[in-house]
Amino acid sequence: MKYIDDTLVMKRMSKRLLYNKIWKFLFFLATTFALITLAVLLYRIVTQGAGYLTADFLTNFASRFPAKAGIKAALIGSLWLMAVVAPVSIILGVGTAIYLEEYAKKNKLNDFIRMNISNLAGVPSIVFGLLGLTIFVRTFGFGKSVLAAGLTMSLLILPVIIVAAQEAIRAVPNEQREASYGMGATKWQTIVRVVLPAAIPGILTGSILALSRAIGETAPLVVIGIPVILQFLPTSVFSEFTALPMQIYDWAKRPQEEFQYVAAAGIIVLMAVLIFMNSIAVFIRNKFQKRY
Amino acid sequence: MSLHKPSDPSVQQMIADTQGKGMKRLIEKLMPILLFTAATLSVLTTFAIVFTLIFETFEFFQRVSITDYLFGTEWLPFSSKEPMFGILPLIVGTLKVTFIAIIVAVPLGIASAVYLSEYASDNARRVIKPILEVLAGVPTIVYGFFALTFVTPVLQQLIPSLKVFNALSPGIVVGIMILPMITSLSEDAMSSVPQSMREGALGLGSTKLEVSLKVVLPAALSGITASVVLAVSRAIGETMIVSLAAGSTPKFDFGVTDSVQTMTAYIVQVATGDAGYGTTIYYSIYAVGFTLFIFTLVMNLLAHYISKRFREEY
Repeated sequence: MKYIDDTLVMKRMSKRLLYNKIWKFLFFLATTFALITLAVLLYRIVTQGAGYLTADFLTNFASRFPAKAGIKAALIGSLWLMAVVAPVSIILGVGTAIYLEEYAKKNKLNDFIRMNISNLAGVPSIVFGLLGLTIFVRTFGFGKSVLAAGLTMSLLILPVIIVAAQEAIRAVPNEQREASYGMGATKWQTIVRVVLPAAIPGILTGSILALSRAIGETAPLVVIGIPVILQFLPTSVFSEFTALPMQIYDWAKRPQEEFQYVAAAGIIVLMAVLIFMNSIAVFIRNKFQKRY
Repeated sequence: MSLHKPSDPSVQQMIADTQGKGMKRLIEKLMPILLFTAATLSVLTTFAIVFTLIFETFEFFQRVSITDYLFGTEWLPFSSKEPMFGILPLIVGTLKVTFIAIIVAVPLGIASAVYLSEYASDNARRVIKPILEVLAGVPTIVYGFFALTFVTPVLQQLIPSLKVFNALSPGIVVGIMILPMITSLSEDAMSSVPQSMREGALGLGSTKLEVSLKVVLPAALSGITASVVLAVSRAIGETMIVSLAAGSTPKFDFGVTDSVQTMTAYIVQVATGDAGYGTTIYYSIYAVGFTLFIFTLVMNLLAHYISKRFREEY
């Protein structure tokens, strides 16, 4: 006795295969949507901004007149911001990751710390802005300075760096630690001389990606209230400053159409900085990352 | 001749010499404490956020009644005669934008995830995934500019009644922003469905489509749902796109072609305005921030719960 009616199967098979083809095409179309959007976005910004992207644009301060507006203060200000964010967030983030991966025992307190970090990663950036405004700007009296904004940004990207560093440290095989202990090294010696050197490419890659998020982040800066039209450069971490995304935001919301092009030119500068940072991250990942 | 001369210190002695003295011993004891301090800082940050918001929100509720705030349908903080602080228009504005974003991002995101996980060749994946990463790394201010200067004018060609500031255009762009997140998290969930399940279904004569929809999608459903909930949370907290393109008119209705205001956009409006420290308007941003924080916290916990509770273990 035949259990399968061949003719019936064959009759429906072509239809099922056709559905498969159609849906495959639809799935592919959905995937290309993201790619097309990115292409349109980049094309628009380059065509709008390229005309304003001159040497003067990079060396001029902000101005009320679109033709004279420049991005110098914002560019230098963003670098100052990174000078605070990078050391603070990397030291705290890597320290936390070492604690969680190498020292923390499995108990309620450490579980709470872990859960807290994953929740902190989901807090909207604007809420970090409110925190920075209250604690750093007002309570500590740092004002609208590089320091206040830098500390706020550091807290914002801290969860990202912690998670990246944790993954990098976890990827170092246990045999290496045991070999080190076997040679008589102490725990801290093992961490500094064995675990960290092996984990550093991963930590650096994750940290640079986190920093590139901080450089493009606008909302906390807006809430802290950093100024946009500055005619001077910061001289210390206590100086007022402005930053790239803040400057772009100010230009983008101005009613004059010409400022739209200035904003697009600013975006090109911002994207160039981001692409530069990301290529360093990718370079480190490909060149130094070991596979165990 | 023995290797060990009686005059040599024993191995234990050597270890004790290197470990036991002064600085080294101190470092060994001190580092875990320092590292633990670093770890507690993230907990401290959470407490600082919660206490700041509660403390300043409390100050706000000294001036505005909590029922007016929670159930009021008028948000007129800048009115000189009679300021009204009813949060509902801001919540409706936020949900409108979020809803549009979800309509855009969920079908596209899941479809892309199915393509990448089930259909795409390794080569195609190698090209597409980095591009999605780039899209995820574009700063939101750039998306905001894109919404304002490109998406809105294009939509205005299609819908002539669309205002310069509206809910539709930023909603779509927020959807584009959260798309890579849904795609990559859903794809992770689908990729972790064991190959043997696919092969079982293929062996029974299923087409690839049937395998994807009837085997892989149900098995990965918890991960996909969690990714959508996380994306909703991200959309609710999104700030720059809505403050550039959505406008600043809090409205308690369901139209999408007019100017609206979201919770985040209100905070930005006050922060960039000239409301002085200590005014009711100043405290209102903390009340709105606290409301926003609760919304996103609930979403994040929900996502966590879904992925833990409904995970299919293989």
